[in-house]
Amino acid sequence: MLADALRARPPGLDEAFALVDGLDDALVHGLARLDDDRAAALDALVGAFSATPLADRVTEAIGKIISGTVTDEHLAVLAGCRLALLGAAHDALLTDLDAALTRTREPHPAAPAPAGGAAGSMASAGGGQLSAGSRSWLRELAIAGWRGVDHELAAGGSPAVQALLGEPSRRRLAVLLDGFAAELRAAAPVATLPRVPVRRWADLWSRALILAQAGRPAEPGSPVDGRPAGSGTLVDGRLLILGADLHEHPTVFRCQVHGLLETAGGVRLVRTSVAAAKVDTISGAAAWRMLSAFPILLAGLAEHRCLEVARMTLTAGGDLIWDETRASAGEPADPFVSARVLLAGAVATSTAPLDRHPSVIAEPVLLEGYTATAEAFDLGGGTVAVETDRLPAAGPLTPELVAGSTACIGLLRFDGGRWAVQPIAVRSTVRKKAVTAHTGDWALGPTDAKAAKTEAVAGTAVDVLRERAGRLLRK
Amino acid sequence: MTSEGVAYERRGAARVIAPVRPRKLAKVPFVELAEDRLQGVVSSGSDVSRVYVSSITAREHGLSCNTNNNRPCGGLSGAYPCNHLRALVEAAVAQYGIDRVARYLRVEPPEEETEIWSVLHPVAAPGRTPEVFSSFLRHLGYLELPPSTDPLPELQWFPAAGVVR
Ligand SMILES: [Zn+2]
Repeated sequence: MLADALRARPPGLDEAFALVDGLDDALVHGLARLDDDRAAALDALVGAFSATPLADRVTEAIGKIISGTVTDEHLAVLAGCRLALLGAAHDALLTDLDAALTRTREPHPAAPAPAGGAAGSMASAGGGQLSAGSRSWLRELAIAGWRGVDHELAAGGSPAVQALLGEPSRRRLAVLLDGFAAELRAAAPVATLPRVPVRRWADLWSRALILAQAGRPAEPGSPVDGRPAGSGTLVDGRLLILGADLHEHPTVFRCQVHGLLETAGGVRLVRTSVAAAKVDTISGAAAWRMLSAFPILLAGLAEHRCLEVARMTLTAGGDLIWDETRASAGEPADPFVSARVLLAGAVATSTAPLDRHPSVIAEPVLLEGYTATAEAFDLGGGTVAVETDRLPAAGPLTPELVAGSTACIGLLRFDGGRWAVQPIAVRSTVRKKAVTAHTGDWALGPTDAKAAKTEAVAGTAVDVLRERAGRLLRK
Repeated sequence: MTSEGVAYERRGAARVIAPVRPRKLAKVPFVELAEDRLQGVVSSGSDVSRVYVSSITAREHGLSCNTNNNRPCGGLSGAYPCNHLRALVEAAVAQYGIDRVARYLRVEPPEEETEIWSVLHPVAAPGRTPEVFSSFLRHLGYLELPPSTDPLPELQWFPAAGVVR
């Protein structure tokens, strides 16, 4: 039963997080200032990895770091330890959740052996140089620790980010570093900050460090020789939208759609996403304007339509690489009906091993027959917390709608040591009237009068900036 | 503040930056806290092709204001701020909130204060017009980047901003 699974903890999970916390705490005051306790916490990693293929490298790297030598290679091993621990936590959590949901998940296909001819699909063109700038900033951060981040160190990543942004195949690292750097700038000087987001910054730092290693394959959506580099398969079918999850930091807005892909071979649980660069003054519902290059996808969200896709790339990790030229609008489709009829039997995919982490779990579920408050759903036999921090201003979902809901399409997430549900669509009763709201309802502009007014003001801001950009950048 | 009992320190999705509040951009299209300055670009009231580059240094509160062609602003006389600088500060407070602006300029306005000039001790300072202007162009450059259809897994750490409640 779901409530039991959400309360249970897989064996070993607490131990894995304890090791991660020890590593993360070392980054708070910096690797140059390890006291005995923090050195001991790092040393615990040596024991934990002693029976793994990483044992020798971990022993050497931790030994060197504790004795005061911090090289890129040692840091990569440190980030690798974190990745392995959190990847294992991800797998354990998801295995239990799948069992409770009776969800079938395909294993990730084994990585193909790197062939000589695959060099073209590696993000290598100038990539080594580009990544070196990121790595050196990440090394300075690790040595200084979060408490040592002042305005100058926080801004130190800017040249690397700007260089990465100019290279489409490095967008993933650029987007991550830009968001991370913006937080450090906002928080600097961190020495006087009352509380430090220890886990979060260690997550962002270590993922960036892994992405900045040389020789990573290109991302599936980035063009190589004019074609998507994706090593996925081409699929034909019908995408039934379950809902949209919105992501944002000062220079990006992204809509990630969770859906059911009906093909001749069956029904799969997939995601597809579109992201646009933006600036911090563009936020809320106006941010949808930045995604105007994707009218078919946005109309599917706003008008609750299914979408026909033809020969679109589906990655092994379950990401459909959205391509408007291979999509067309289909029939009206109610996400609640799609979820009720097809979600239970849909086959899920496995995240690529290097990407696994409890925080990337966002498992779509249909919840009904619960008792709601704005903070939690009582499922009968247990409650699950509501991720109230994940109700975006760019959509119509509010705490009031969540509190009055009787059915919900949500994403189950694991963060801060517990499961929680992020509603992406709700059926609610407000003042005795039935209301349905989906996160993507405002994809073509707010349908609510008050929000439309706010959007119009903010939308003018987008126009002002575009006009300025046109005038100044192309003259 | 956040969900009951879950430590901020151990949350991957811990919120660090308060969402920027929407503001009108026509008058002040760009403001930033960078390079030890509150700096930005202010539209000219009279000429659409002209903008002013205005800045206030942190700590010393050195004021400067020049046109994008690096001509000095006629409204700024020594330590007495011109309208461009006043508009710049107003925009910064609207965008970042008074606390973050004050923290950056190293001042502590009294509780409930909504205006920052009363605690500044301005002096005249040389401008850095070309640097600020390139920063503005870099800012606008984001609007020219192509969209991406990559899965970008790290964006799971960056939920879209909620309504400022
Ligand atoms: Zn002036």
